[in-house]
Amino acid sequence: MMRRRLYDRYFLYGTIAFFALIYSLPAYMAIVTALKYRKDIVLAHAWNLPIPFTFHAFSEAFKLLLPNVVNSIILTVTATIISALIGSINGYVFSKYKFPGSEIIFVFLLLGMFIPYQIILIPLFSVLNTLHLTGSLIGLIVTHVVYGISIVTLIFRGFYDRIPQEIIESGSIDGAGFFTIYLKLMLPLVMNGFIVVSIWQFTQIWNEFLWGTTLTGQSSQPITVKLAQLAGGQAVAWNLTMAGAFISALPVLLIYIFLGKYFISGLLAGSVKG
Amino acid sequence: MNKKSNFISFLLIVPSIVLVAVFVYGFIFYTFYISLTDWEGLSLHPSISFVGLRNYIKLFTELSFQRFRQDFFNTIYYSFFLIGFTLIIGFLLAVLLDRKMKGENIWRNIFLYPLALSFIVTGTVWRWIFAPEGGLNVLPTLLGGKALSFSWLSSRVSTFHVDWFAFPRLLLLAVFIMFFLWGANALFHKRYKKMGILGAISILSLLLGCLYSPHSRVFTHFLETSAAEWKGFEYATIGVIIAAVWQYSGYAMALYTAGLKGIDVSIRDAASIDGLNSIQFYSRIALPILRPISLSVVVVIAHISLKLFALIMAMAGPDNGGTSHLSISMFLQTFRANQFAEGAAIASILFMLAMIFIIPYLIYLYSQKRNTA
Repeated sequence: MMRRRLYDRYFLYGTIAFFALIYSLPAYMAIVTALKYRKDIVLAHAWNLPIPFTFHAFSEAFKLLLPNVVNSIILTVTATIISALIGSINGYVFSKYKFPGSEIIFVFLLLGMFIPYQIILIPLFSVLNTLHLTGSLIGLIVTHVVYGISIVTLIFRGFYDRIPQEIIESGSIDGAGFFTIYLKLMLPLVMNGFIVVSIWQFTQIWNEFLWGTTLTGQSSQPITVKLAQLAGGQAVAWNLTMAGAFISALPVLLIYIFLGKYFISGLLAGSVKG
Repeated sequence: MNKKSNFISFLLIVPSIVLVAVFVYGFIFYTFYISLTDWEGLSLHPSISFVGLRNYIKLFTELSFQRFRQDFFNTIYYSFFLIGFTLIIGFLLAVLLDRKMKGENIWRNIFLYPLALSFIVTGTVWRWIFAPEGGLNVLPTLLGGKALSFSWLSSRVSTFHVDWFAFPRLLLLAVFIMFFLWGANALFHKRYKKMGILGAISILSLLLGCLYSPHSRVFTHFLETSAAEWKGFEYATIGVIIAAVWQYSGYAMALYTAGLKGIDVSIRDAASIDGLNSIQFYSRIALPILRPISLSVVVVIAHISLKLFALIMAMAGPDNGGTSHLSISMFLQTFRANQFAEGAAIASILFMLAMIFIIPYLIYLYSQKRNTA
């Protein structure tokens, strides 16, 4: 019986290690290729360790991507802050001030996070074009904020739902109005909501590509668009591209490593409970 | 709660409601409208006229739109395999983690990190891994084996061929058989009203199937030729499917892990007292309990499978026919060919595919909210 158990454990660890190996292969491949000298990148030896290694590709990729990194930072930070503020108000109202029809309006808002964005792309493009906002970051920021309304409302509502209604009632007995309750009583209690929503929106916006490529001009392209160009050209310098991929991934990877808990709760908020 | 606060609260969400009404609902209807016109892209004074369903008929029948029809098949295959494999691998990983493994957090993070990344980043790396004479193909040589020679992303081999123009008939036949059997089951259980509805649907689909034939020409008079057009599963999509499953099976794992943690200890104890081994426990007890989670995974992954645009662009570019997808068709038709109306029609078809999954899910969510409220 004991021996059987032991074999079971070996089997389990073997299986999970096998999967872990497969899951890590792309990361391994990206890093070793980025560290190689260009002349050492040979298809047949793609898996070899980078001996000798160099950080040259990283500095070159960074120089190349810098304008797009700046664009992505401006875009992501601005849109994330606005999104979080909107979400904190919407979630508050839908959780604590239910009015007739509020549930149906809530579901009405949710559709926005489930559509394939191709369905709104043409009107969006022509509206932004008419307003002369294509080719500027403003149009892109507005787009991310508007189509983020659904998810930020959903996540924040989940956080407000955990706060007992009595807190608001005791607040309004004390004569506090809507905004006082929101600022003094609610906000401190939904700080986790701000973290989860900000991380979620930051990751989504940083990683976005479709709008980045259709609604921008040369000067306002986010990092994903530039990276796709680097990788898609003729005679690709793979060490440069892999270093570029690593740089593009770095902000979200850091968030994931240090704030993974909140990232996962954003992930779960979008699905399990609804 | 006083009246004034209620009014303020309503005012505060009005902007959100208006924005969603315009930018989501308004734009969806506008795209539908565009798809019924002959708009040819941005010009100063476009003359747009209403052409009914002409764009759709063109897409589904005209010889020059073969690419669209292959992309339609690819899209369905992508969704099918992506949903299937993420569910299976995600559940498997969640079960492994549920076995009280040492270093659970480390394992979990290894399976989850791809989720944080952009499709462009992962697509770029996978493009390199699938390079024809390197990457995955030379991996066996590290273990002393022979190099593979499969051209992962550019293969033009395909299998499971179906004649596109016979496809609607086959689909209707499948619907007929399904509803017929379901109706027979209802009859067997003496539920006559249900049987009536199911029987009506099955007869209707059989009738439509008969009408859709080269002989009746009710639906097929649009066809330019009566030649068959064979469409199948493209091998080039396998690489993209692997990359997408690699990236998103962690998502299913995270959801299932949360679900498994929520299963009460008493249920586990009861199962082990009843003599169920762990495989029986996970398949017969846990999986049925976790059905709502499986539903969420299906909906979210179905949604993601329709958003593969960025991944395919990064892995194979827009001009690689074998790996293409409706979202790429739409992009090319709209922004490269400047055929806005046809682009809008493709977008509408993509949207309707998404709604097959989303509308039942939203109704389900709404009914849950009402039940708990």
